[in-house]
Parts: sequence; C-alpha cells; structure tokens
Amino acid sequence: MINADDLRTIWLTAKLASIVTFILLLIGTALAWWLARTRSWLKRLVAPIIALPMVLPPVVLGFYLLLVMGPNGPIGKLTSFLGLAPLPFTLHGLVMGSVFYSLPFMVHPLQSSFEAINNRYLEVASTLRASPIDTFFTVVIPVAMPGFISASVITFAHTVGEFGMVLMIGGNLPGVTRVASVQIYDYVESMDFASAHRLAGVMLVFSFLVLLAIHLCNYKDKSRYSAE
Amino acid sequence: MNNIQARFLIKRSGFTFDVDLEIAGRGVTVFFGHSGSGKTTILRCIAGLERASQGYLCVNGKIWQDSSFFLPTYKRPLGYVFQESSLFPHLTVLGNLCYGMKRVVKAQRADLEKAIELLDIAYLLKRKPDGLSGGEKQRVAIARAITINPSILLMDEPLASLDIKRRQEILPYLKELRDELDIPVLYVSHNPDEVVQLADNMVIMEEGSIIANGTLEHVVTKIDLPVKIGEDAGVVFEASIAKVDTAWNLCRIDFSGGSIWARDSGIAVGSSVRIRILARDVSISKKPLEQISIQNSLQGVVDAIGADEHPGLALVRVKIGASFILSRLTRRAVMDLELNCGDSVWVHVKSAATISYHGRRRK
Repeated sequence: MINADDLRTIWLTAKLASIVTFILLLIGTALAWWLARTRSWLKRLVAPIIALPMVLPPVVLGFYLLLVMGPNGPIGKLTSFLGLAPLPFTLHGLVMGSVFYSLPFMVHPLQSSFEAINNRYLEVASTLRASPIDTFFTVVIPVAMPGFISASVITFAHTVGEFGMVLMIGGNLPGVTRVASVQIYDYVESMDFASAHRLAGVMLVFSFLVLLAIHLCNYKDKSRYSAE
Repeated sequence: MNNIQARFLIKRSGFTFDVDLEIAGRGVTVFFGHSGSGKTTILRCIAGLERASQGYLCVNGKIWQDSSFFLPTYKRPLGYVFQESSLFPHLTVLGNLCYGMKRVVKAQRADLEKAIELLDIAYLLKRKPDGLSGGEKQRVAIARAITINPSILLMDEPLASLDIKRRQEILPYLKELRDELDIPVLYVSHNPDEVVQLADNMVIMEEGSIIANGTLEHVVTKIDLPVKIGEDAGVVFEASIAKVDTAWNLCRIDFSGGSIWARDSGIAVGSSVRIRILARDVSISKKPLEQISIQNSLQGVVDAIGADEHPGLALVRVKIGASFILSRLTRRAVMDLELNCGDSVWVHVKSAATISYHGRRRK
C-alpha cells in the first residue's frame, strides 16, 4: 500500500502543480491573448522565448535558474534586499522554476484557441455595448473554455512530471521539495523496486486519466461548435 | 437634427474609398453596388468597426467621429446585423437576445417581447444557435440588434447567406420592421428584389465612391447609371389602391401622375402600395390610340432619352405629373417617332406589379 511518505510526496506534487497552474492561468492567458492578437514585431522575439523550455534540457534551465536565484544572481540579490529567504531549495523556488518550465504548455493551447475565435464575435459584442474587457470575460473566455481546460490539464500534468529542473532548484528535501518523480528516482537508487512500482503506477494511471480527459473535452468541443 | 452626415476617406493600395453623404433620419436607405464597391466599408465606418484615416460622422446631431475624436463602437447607440449568422455559440437564443440589453440602461431597453413577436422567434428561446436554421439564426440576430433600442440600425446583406426560400421567409419581417421602427435603417444589398421592396432611399456605389444618392424613385429613373438595378430597368413608386372591380378582378392604383388598372391581388381599398413598372412593359405613341389591348394610357412629356445596354435599344423617361415612367424602345422606333425631349406623348402601360403594401389584405 501507499505509505505516509508517498502520500506526503503526492500531496506536495499536487500542491506544486496546482499553484503553478493557477499562476500560469493568469500569466499565460494574458500572454496568449497578446500573442494571438498583436501584429507587433516583438511577437517574433517573445514567441520563441516562451517556447524555449520545450527544447531546452530541463537540467540546463534549472542550472540557469539556480544561478539567477542564488545569492549572487539578480533575483537572489532582490530577495535578500527585501529580507526574504533565498529561493533555491524551497517550494517557492520550485514554483518559480516550474512557472518558467511549464509556460509554453499553457500559452500554446490557449493561443491557438484564441486564434480560432471568429473575430466577428468580438465585433458583435462591441455593437452590443460590450467594452473590450467585458467582451473578454463574457465572450472570449466562455467560447475558449475547452482550450482553458485542456491547457490547464496539460500544464498540471507537465508540472507533476518534471524531474531535472526540480532536482537542480529544489534538491530532494522530504516534504519540502521532494516531488513524486524525485521520490521514484530515490526508490530506484535504493533498489526499492516495489515502492517505485507503486508510485510509478499511480503516475501512470494519473497520466492516462489526464489524456482521457483532454480527448473527451476536445470531442465535446467539436460536437458543440461544429455547425459554426 | 435627425440625419446622418458622413465623410470618410480610406486609401489602400489599389483602392480608394472616398464618400461624403447625408442620410435621412428615417426610412430605409439601401446601399447598392457590386461586391468590392465599398458598401460594407461605409457601414463598418459608421459603426466604428473600421477607422477611416480621415473621417467625420455626425448622427442626429451628435459627433461620433471627427479629426480629433473617435467614439468606440461599444459606446455608439447602434444596432448591427452581419451578413452571416453571428450568434454567440455559448449562449442560448434568449441569452443572445439579452446580451446587449443587460448593457444598456433600463430606459434604453426595447420591449423584448415585442422584438420576439416581431421576428416570431418565441419557440427558439431556449435553444442553442447551432441547432437553428440559417433563416432562424438571422431572425434572432435581427431581434438581438433591436433589443437595445438603437438610434440607427445597420444591416450588412442580412439575407445574402440564405437561399431564395429563406430570403422570402425573412423579407416580410424586414418590411414589418421598417414600418415599426422610427429610426434610420442603413441596409447594404446587391439584390434588386430587396432594394425595390425595402428601400425608401438609395445610394449607389462603385469603386469606393457614391455615384447616385436620393429617393428610390429618383435613383431608379436615372437613365445614365452605369450600375443596373436588376436585369430590367423600370420604375418603382408609392401608390394607393383606389378601387376594386370585382366583376373583372381588377384594381385601380392611383399615383401622383394618374391611375392605372392592374390585376386585383386582394389588397384592401385605401392601402398604400409600392408598384413596379418595367420599361419593357411600356410603349409610347405620339397620339392617343384607339382599339388597342393596352388599357392604361397616360399622357406625359418626354424628359430624357438615354442609351440602353444593347446598342439597338434606348430608354425613354417620360414625366407624368410628378412621377416618371421608363420605356424601353428600339433606337429605330425613337427615330421613326422623332422623339425629342419636351415632346408630348402617350404612354401605354401593359402591366404593373404590386411589390409590397401596407394595410390589410381583403378576406
């Protein structure tokens, strides 16, 4: 059976993924909307920066983030100036790293669902007295809801699965930074294959359910707006 | 101050859009022209969906745009019906109808029930848009545009995405709307049937500029227009049913220039009607004719003679009272009759079609 250690790890992993997903819903929505609508040249620069974590080895990203957050890095200097604890090897540091790491997984699905929205709906809303912000909340978000759901699910799952970056920034502190993937690694290192199996099985079932949810969501989405 | 003054200038590569017009503060003004002539652009500029680099727009005495000011679309009290269905897919029909209403102050809201009744959509209220037919969607879109009690209604080919049957299904609603609403309706169309049925005023556009602007009667009798309103030249004017002869199934239609007899189509005496007389159904003689099958003969004065599309044909405009009638003759006939402007002639009208009416239909 799953022991208390595993439960604590799963809880921590879920907590980290939830916080990251929530933060990215805010940042990612704004970025995706801007990318979907802008004609600025800046888009050509920003888009690849956002996509970078998709090709960059997580360890490399973790290494740079560690430098930036460390006592001599700009963020490290800022935290010590503000009298805050340093970020490396804390949950906050992990959250920050994960936000960078999972950013494209939130932004890309959102951007494509924003781009798929017929511009006509926005024009109609404006002829019905809705200001641009009003339109965003009452037309764009509801119409793009399936995009929000799949972007959130993918982001959550992706944050749950990260390993290299977590190890770099967070290390392996039980109950603080030891997430499920690190725990599995630990089990395997100590030749405890039975425990590794257990936790890996949980991850496998979770991943499958995530994909199932996305497919069901997309299916529903297609049947919902197919006539338009 | 019930009128609309609009001046817009847009320059794009290969297209210059340059209009300056004044539109009456009530009735239906149809913008007619080929696709690409700029009809939709006028509507989009008036709505503020497109911003002309140089523009001036004053609606009922209020400035909506000038060189230093641009009122955003959502602050303009207008209703807009787009060419294709544009209902919000995530809302029910009722949700769509209420979307605009929720955003205007109570005093500004139109009578929702009346709009629902006018467009006959009560049975659709709980449905989502994707289950509706094209005609039903457009009726909901029209109702949605009038729920906010706009001070002008802009309609961009609202029937163009529908087949002929559906179009015929919606036209009566539009006519009723025209009679019910006391606001100017700006209606873009390239369909002559819609024009003759709905228009009070007409603006003809070509390549980004206005080539004719005036009342329907005035514009359709212009014989030098490069844009044809439909296959057949003809006149359209307002008239009234003066008398019905049940023995012969005929009715007498009176207009400002006289009266003509036409087939009785069951419209009550006293109703005002809009009739259309095609140029090909009108012949001209210099003297009154006897023993001729055509029984509608009116006396008038030749007002203008112009070329028709075919090199063998000519269009002759005859002034009868305050009205005009167009007649299509061969150029040889014009020469044989020695027709000149100012000549007194007899006009023989073979048939007149009643194309719309206000009033009761007799049982």
